[in-house]
Amino acid sequence: MNRRLFPLLTAVSLLLFVTAPIIIVRAPYESTMGLVQKIFYFHFPAWMAMFLSIFVLGIASVIYLFGRKPTADRLAVAAAELATIFGLMGLVTGPLWGVKAWGVWWQWDARLTMAVILELILVAYLLLRQYGGAGADRLAAGLGIFAMANVPFLYISTEIWRTVHPRTSVVPTLPIDFGLPLWWSFTGFIVLCLALLSARSRLEEQRSTLERLYQALEED
Amino acid sequence: MAVALAVYCAAFAWAPTTLLAAQPPEAAQDGFVPMDEIPADEQLPAAPLLVAAYSAVWAITIGYLWTIWRRLGTVERELADITRRVADRGQS
Repeated sequence: MNRRLFPLLTAVSLLLFVTAPIIIVRAPYESTMGLVQKIFYFHFPAWMAMFLSIFVLGIASVIYLFGRKPTADRLAVAAAELATIFGLMGLVTGPLWGVKAWGVWWQWDARLTMAVILELILVAYLLLRQYGGAGADRLAAGLGIFAMANVPFLYISTEIWRTVHPRTSVVPTLPIDFGLPLWWSFTGFIVLCLALLSARSRLEEQRSTLERLYQALEED
Repeated sequence: MAVALAVYCAAFAWAPTTLLAAQPPEAAQDGFVPMDEIPADEQLPAAPLLVAAYSAVWAITIGYLWTIWRRLGTVERELADITRRVADRGQS
């Protein structure tokens, strides 16, 4: 990835994040949830950034599994780590919102349960890459594709099953007063995701170069 | 002496009665009584939850950036070291 990409993306995401609170404060209160509803402006974008990372993971895994391109594998590892981080943000902000909105920290409904399982799949991917040994890269690629396949079910879970979680169909119908801070934060999270992806991919590239140099040294 | 003792006992009898009357009623012993809305002073405040959520996002982001920076630093140091070793071997 272009080395100039990371500073540019970081600067843009920082600008968006610094200005987001100003826009969020100006947003109106929601009639039933009040102040706590404003967690939504970080909660929803965090999950969207996670979904983007998982799609990168899945597509890169397909390319690596069938095309054997090492670049794709490095990108998949970077994306998996990012997806875990953004999922963690979603799993932390959600209960903080839920305890006030629903009166409980957690409920084992379809949406929340699938979210936890998806996060565990990503953790399993990372553990496999770290400790799996030879062949773990291809096994993990299969797991990455499975993670990507779960995302559409997670997204539409609130439409199919009766859950305590608000329905996803609410988001496109938001009035501009709620929509502006949401899409501002959303853009900030997506740009942050791309910035972190470029930085994390570079780390994998450097590790790969180091491994090749060690091998060359041993062969000599 | 008897009068003093009677006054003394009366004072002790009166004080707990007054204190008991001032205390809130005991919690239901035979069953729970439902209510629709809890009083405002017993509801969870929203502001600490909001601050905690935003702080968590910032903390996770900064923490993760720090781990990338640290790992990148370690790898780049190793790269510089091995490049020097390869160069030294080439010279010798």
